[in-house]
Amino acid sequence: MTNNQPLGFSKASVGKKVLMAITGISVIGFLTAHLIGNLQLFVGQDQLNSYAETLQNMVAAKWMFRSVILILFAIHIWKGIVLWLENRKARPVSYMKDVTLEASVASRTMFWTGALILSFVVYHLLHFTMITTNPEYANLPLDNGRFDVYSMVILGFQNYTISAVYFIALSLMAFHLSHAISSVFQTFGLTKPTILPKLKIVSNLIALIFFIGYVSMPIAVLLNIISLPTGGNL
Amino acid sequence: MKLDAKIPSGPLTEKWDNYKFEMKLISPSNKRKYKAIVVGSGLAGASAAASLAELGYNVDCFCYQDSPRRAHSISAQGGINAAKNYQNDGDSIYRLFYDTVKGGDFRSREANVYRLAQVSNNIIDQCAAQGVPFAREYGGLLDNRSFGGSQVSRTFYARGQTGQQLLLGAYSALSRQIGLGKVKMYNRTEMLDIVVVDDRAVGIVVRDMINGKISSYAADVVILTTGGYGNVYYLSTNAIGCNVTAAYRAYKKGALFANPCYTQIHPTCIPVSGDYQSKLTLMSESLRNDGRIWVPIAKGDKRPAAQIPEDERDYFLERKYPSFGNLAPRDISSRSAKEACDDGRGVGETGVGVYLDFADAIGRLGKNVIAERYGNLFDMYERITGEDPYTVPMRIYPASHYTMGGLWVDYNLESTIPGLFVLGEANFSDHGANRLGASALMQGLADGYFVVPYTVGNHFATKGPAGVDTTHPEFKKVEEEVKQRTEKFLSIGGNRSADSFHRELGTIMWDNCGMGRNEAGLKKALEMIPKVREEFWQNLKVLGKNEELNQALEYAGRVADFIEFSEVMCHDALDRNESCGAHFREEYQTAEGEAMRNDNDYLYVAAWEYKGVGQKPEIHKEPLEYENIKLATRSYK
Amino acid sequence: MNLTLYVWRQKNADDKGRMETYQANDISSHMSFLEMLDVVNERLLTDGIEPIAFDHDCREGICGMCSLVINGNPHGPEKGTTVCQLHMRHFKDGDKIYIEPWRAKAFPVIKDLIVDRSAFDRIMQAGGFVSVNTGGTPDANAIPIPKENADTAMDAAQCIGCGACVAACKNASAMLFLAAKVSQYAYLPQGQAERTERVKNMLTQMDLEGFGNCTNFYECEAVCPKEISVKFIAKLNREFLRATVKKP
Repeated sequence: MTNNQPLGFSKASVGKKVLMAITGISVIGFLTAHLIGNLQLFVGQDQLNSYAETLQNMVAAKWMFRSVILILFAIHIWKGIVLWLENRKARPVSYMKDVTLEASVASRTMFWTGALILSFVVYHLLHFTMITTNPEYANLPLDNGRFDVYSMVILGFQNYTISAVYFIALSLMAFHLSHAISSVFQTFGLTKPTILPKLKIVSNLIALIFFIGYVSMPIAVLLNIISLPTGGNL
Repeated sequence: MKLDAKIPSGPLTEKWDNYKFEMKLISPSNKRKYKAIVVGSGLAGASAAASLAELGYNVDCFCYQDSPRRAHSISAQGGINAAKNYQNDGDSIYRLFYDTVKGGDFRSREANVYRLAQVSNNIIDQCAAQGVPFAREYGGLLDNRSFGGSQVSRTFYARGQTGQQLLLGAYSALSRQIGLGKVKMYNRTEMLDIVVVDDRAVGIVVRDMINGKISSYAADVVILTTGGYGNVYYLSTNAIGCNVTAAYRAYKKGALFANPCYTQIHPTCIPVSGDYQSKLTLMSESLRNDGRIWVPIAKGDKRPAAQIPEDERDYFLERKYPSFGNLAPRDISSRSAKEACDDGRGVGETGVGVYLDFADAIGRLGKNVIAERYGNLFDMYERITGEDPYTVPMRIYPASHYTMGGLWVDYNLESTIPGLFVLGEANFSDHGANRLGASALMQGLADGYFVVPYTVGNHFATKGPAGVDTTHPEFKKVEEEVKQRTEKFLSIGGNRSADSFHRELGTIMWDNCGMGRNEAGLKKALEMIPKVREEFWQNLKVLGKNEELNQALEYAGRVADFIEFSEVMCHDALDRNESCGAHFREEYQTAEGEAMRNDNDYLYVAAWEYKGVGQKPEIHKEPLEYENIKLATRSYK
Repeated sequence: MNLTLYVWRQKNADDKGRMETYQANDISSHMSFLEMLDVVNERLLTDGIEPIAFDHDCREGICGMCSLVINGNPHGPEKGTTVCQLHMRHFKDGDKIYIEPWRAKAFPVIKDLIVDRSAFDRIMQAGGFVSVNTGGTPDANAIPIPKENADTAMDAAQCIGCGACVAACKNASAMLFLAAKVSQYAYLPQGQAERTERVKNMLTQMDLEGFGNCTNFYECEAVCPKEISVKFIAKLNREFLRATVKKP
């Protein structure tokens, strides 16, 4: 007899895929907001710092937002690990001669790019949010009574090693996104053969936009397009 | 032995209704006390197993493939006939019945064929309800096409994969019953013998093809749906695994084998390319709607087709049969191709082939129209031969395709062993001496869905349970015989593979009992086959052991049965001193080379009884009585 | 032509298995790949070596029995072709050819190149049907079906159940197989009554069999001998979401 009780949504393989997609989209939403916020770096010290202060002052909203994004991120990671483990188990003996016809490198390395991105996120939080890795940022003089996020960012990116880490991590993120975005459409059943190839291109483009958007900041700092405000020093 | 076909009384059109009314029934609560064994899972087997299980009987179903979905019914391309008359072109049950009897060259049983035509309509309804994706017109209704020279459009189809879709329909019904626990399915299990106790079939002995275990299964009825024996020729369009073993084992246990010489040779197959060839691929007959068949007029003309001018080509079918032309029936087309090649005018490297040329059709309709109609077939041809049929004419040659002969059954589809039913290609019942295109699928499903559920029920109700289980000494005895036979194959330790014997047998049969037969050739074959058989049992080489998956061992058993069976075929062909349908005896033809049937002396079914290995089997004749149809000479001029 | 074959040999399910090397000399380019193996087997028999076991039956690309991974490609390098219709003209003298079985936990090796694909049957038994008994069905033309839907259902129904999709998928997922069957019924009116239950039950069975998950590699579509489109996986996903929001 094969009449089993149907698996629950989150256990069913398509359910897991849908969860990956939903949480993934949320993270992309966060990345978009985060990018728009951070690009205010190009407007100037006052703009960025007042934006940062506004966020800091919305305490309840901030923590609610943080916990939601944390939960979504956690589900994404957890399901990602489950999928990876199950998929590895599904082929205990691998081929002597292995060939790939369609699957992009990005699609085949989602777990690893995901893992590296996760470790970067931890570093990023320690670096800019908790200021653990570079405690000296805490000693920055206040900018009109506000914490000087602007100078902190510039200081951070003036360090070649740190910029390199960001550069690598952001390329991995873009790589991860290039498969993720087109996948979302397939997962929700929104594709058809005529648009699938175009979707892959669009997906790559969006990933590229994210990459350029984020990487523009360390690049601008390194090229001295943006530099520390005069008088602002340690 | 007096053969009683048990045809119900009454007028032709009422026989089946009368039967259904007069048969005995089993109450729903008692049905679960009966068990049926179904051997084979093709159209007939899967549909019978599913339908019996739906009624409430318990079913054990066996197939040698790894899944019931792979039975060879899956390969049928063209379509399935039914007398729906959806096209309003004058079709009717009676017309389908008449065409089938005529197509079979008046060698089939009227009552069976009429029933087949009657239930043909139910089959289409059943399959549509199962979700078989038949081809449809823009209005959403079913599409039909004319097939195999029929003058009405009564063929339903699903692209070029009708057999596949119908089989998957039957497989889905079977799968449902397996899931419900009413059918127990045994994949990769080969039936090696049948067990008869007190003149009743009570079970089978099988070999588990994965671990070699030989075991018995008992039931109240055994249903064989094991297909045809076209592989007796070695090369055929059949699947490699198709074999005569189940039917032949039943024959050795007392079932009569009817009309074994009726073997259909399909005219449009891709020719043999070398002696390593393992199988011939059928190109759908529909190609003959637009392709023109020709050979060079001059013998041994080896120029490429394009360099042979129009007036040096012989469009032999158009020349000989002006009204049907390239659409002449299968047996006639096949024979004409063989004549041309025997005459030294064959084409291709081997000289065994004729052209099927689309140049005119492409010129008339354009490449796109041809691609739309036959694109997938052209692709397949190119895949296999490496030649592009859009630019170079296809080469085709006839190949063994279907066998009309099979175990003798009465109107109930019950063989001469009570409790042993035979369905589909494995029986002889409905196609006479030649089968019309798109009728094989019809017969398989008619037998399985709509005939045997009634007749088996009637059998249970009249005979009661068999009351024998596998502890009965007869089961042990047969198991022991099967084991010894299996051990024998392994212990001979000779030098030749089963395959090489099969090839040798195939050549003998193709040359002497193939498209054309004559007395001298058949007698020669009957001298040669025993020599092959003797050498087989002395010089066979099978490696490995029984207790494992051993493909060579499986094959050896099948070849052994083919060798013995081929003698029955030759005896039958030799006995039938006439040309009818697919059986063409060269001595019996008109001056123009047309078949000469002899209704005075051969209007009977020849049913052969086993008399021992190497002994001539004994013939029993079932006279064919035509009460409704007037016998006429088939003419396609 | 002369070839070097590296063939997976494994005595039975419990054996560890290993690659063996065989020379295949004087191979004609007209042979099919399986006929080449027939020739090799015949020569092995002469040498007293047990022939290579491999699944095959119809040898015309429809039964779905043949199942070889050739140089890493399920069914070999030609698009839309089963192994049995692959011909040696696609290889050249001196080629080294790796021949391996389908690799998946749900398809355990039985012997050499033969695997057990009964998991597919069980997926079908879980819901790959319309629950109609024989008899009592309405006239076949009682329900018109738009040609487009019938054609799409047929596109999906062409699946031969060979399992190449699983063999090719980096995750050994059976999603294309499942999707083809679920889609066939979803596009037809006959499949509507059990539409919700069917996708849930078949998907559950697939998961329990130990196949991997679909992560949209599309390797399956690339190797499918019937070229079944991954649009049916999109359809399956929609069917799953639909079944999730529908009350049972």
